[in-house]
Amino acid sequence: MSAGVDLENVWIKFGEFIAARDVNINIKEGEFFSFLGPSGCGKTTLLRAVSGFLEPSEGMVKIGGEDMKGIGPNKRPTALIFQNLALFPLMTVWENIAFALEVKGVGKAERRKRADELLNLIALPGQGDKMVHELSGGQKQRVAIARALAAEPDVLLLDEPLSALDLKLRQHMRTELRAIQQRVGITFIYITHDQGEALTMSDHIAVMREGVIEQVADGTDMYDHPETAFVASFVGENNLFKGEVSDINGEQAVVDTNVGRVRARLASLPKERQLETGDSAFVFVRPESLKFANGAEADNRIKAKIHQEEFEGQFWQVFLNVADGAKKIKMSLVNDGSDLKHEVGADVTLTFQPELAVALPEGPLAQE
Amino acid sequence: MSTWISNFYHRNGTALSIFLLLSVLFWVFILIVLPQLFMMDFSFRHNLPPADIGGAKDVYTLENYQYMIYGSAQSEGSYNTVDLTVFARTLIAAIFVTLFDLAICYPIAFYLAHSAYGGAARLMVLSLIVPFWVNEILRAFAFRIMFGATGVINNFLIWAGILDQPYDFIRNDVALYAGLGYAFILLMIFPIYNTVESLDRNQIEAARDLGSPWWRIHWRVVIPYAKPGITSGCTMVFMLTAGALAAPQILGGPSSLWFTQIIYQWFNTGNNWPQGSAYAIILLATCIAFVLIMMKVFKVKLGEIAR
Repeated sequence: MSAGVDLENVWIKFGEFIAARDVNINIKEGEFFSFLGPSGCGKTTLLRAVSGFLEPSEGMVKIGGEDMKGIGPNKRPTALIFQNLALFPLMTVWENIAFALEVKGVGKAERRKRADELLNLIALPGQGDKMVHELSGGQKQRVAIARALAAEPDVLLLDEPLSALDLKLRQHMRTELRAIQQRVGITFIYITHDQGEALTMSDHIAVMREGVIEQVADGTDMYDHPETAFVASFVGENNLFKGEVSDINGEQAVVDTNVGRVRARLASLPKERQLETGDSAFVFVRPESLKFANGAEADNRIKAKIHQEEFEGQFWQVFLNVADGAKKIKMSLVNDGSDLKHEVGADVTLTFQPELAVALPEGPLAQE
Repeated sequence: MSTWISNFYHRNGTALSIFLLLSVLFWVFILIVLPQLFMMDFSFRHNLPPADIGGAKDVYTLENYQYMIYGSAQSEGSYNTVDLTVFARTLIAAIFVTLFDLAICYPIAFYLAHSAYGGAARLMVLSLIVPFWVNEILRAFAFRIMFGATGVINNFLIWAGILDQPYDFIRNDVALYAGLGYAFILLMIFPIYNTVESLDRNQIEAARDLGSPWWRIHWRVVIPYAKPGITSGCTMVFMLTAGALAAPQILGGPSSLWFTQIIYQWFNTGNNWPQGSAYAIILLATCIAFVLIMMKVFKVKLGEIAR
């Protein structure tokens, strides 16, 4: 069983503070959906509204098409995995997993059997009689998943469950989580501030800022076609050039910036937000889209001075000061075996293809 | 052990170590163990006039303990039903008061720890503590007045039409149980509050999210976690209730004797210290045994209580 989740015009207010502002989202059943945003953006609050720990001030939370108003967390077809997991320390592993069944009044033998099945699912066979504190971080993680799955929820809610793990384990658990989701086939709603987690696991991502949904898209679209300055600056790395639109040329915008005139793809936006001539605009260029100019290009030539180079094995990260010296930009060069080493302090000219850059209306940026 | 001592010295320096060791020894041996040993010794002796102490008649005996069970040596073959009944009733009443306190204090402690915030919580703690600034005897007399025939409670019940004539709360021991229950409320609330407070809120929410009704959350998550605090509170309330003297003296009905009152009579009016000591030792040993058995039953270790 799986169910979709719809948030319709959801507002959540705590006194004067607005944690969610007119949120409208459709999460399809069986999908892995992530809310991505910096801490304090309201994503956990939204999750609590879905799980039933708080009611929206306005609007509607629907699960499987049914309005959840007035239905408590213990009656909703959701199960929540807490950031700190919140396993019960005084119960054995199998009792933890079978807690939801115990609540339903399932007999002990049946509970044990079901717990053992789930232990197999999470690749911890035969560990049922251990106490929680005897498990490693990754094992606890998986027990928390099994405990939530035992409730047979239609929707599994995950509140940054990987944040306490070390990097290696986190990366491993990403794959694992995705695999478990595909095996059980229920809707996963995942909260994270880690874009790597969101990009690798999700079918769709909603980027949130200060209670507002900035954009909903799949991972590649979110990276390649950001629709707001915030998304462009928050998801992945981006170089920003500020300027004014001097011309709109079909799919492209010509923007006069402090590093000269650049051409960039015009983001396809709703009409009222679409850039027009004379508007202030932000042009974003990914570090990997920047190249050294070979002199043949007509447009998008940026003069810069190499400030620093960092070798990262797979990449060279080159940090440059653009002409006026005030602004630092970054380019990533694939280490393809050629001699890429450039002298620090050398004057160079950079370029990029207009379709690999995007021009967006100015707006708030993600904090560095 | 020797490394522990040398570490202790290194950590604290000679002067401080000696002071700490001596004060602990003084506390434990001079103030606690020694007086009890004297009592113990007394309890195995005959009640002799001062002239005979140290004389030929001053030998150890079990007669003081036998008296508790069989009464005086003359009444051969029968049991000391009066004292035994009082003893059993005191223990049962103490258990009752302890359970009553637990039933009242657990919700309060839980509420204080997880639902009350800021000013409200402080006000609540303060209103729990302030009444205990009032002297114990004064408080007991206040209860006596309150529960008396013309007291507030009777007046209210008659005014409300629930009673036609005053109910004798004193004779029926209601005042006594209320007074005892109230006297040790803080000793029950604070240990429970301390343990419950450290319980991660997410545990409660996780249980709720998994479909649990509130009572099961308490039964399976909160109470097991609070068990050391509950045990600690129950132990203190039980011991102190069984050993209370002032409240039974003031609030007890004319027909109901508390076991401590019998002990007091042996020491004071009876002028029979050995007999009083034997009774006191019996009370102490029984209470300790009872607590240890309960801890065994509920699987609580002594170390957990001290947490």
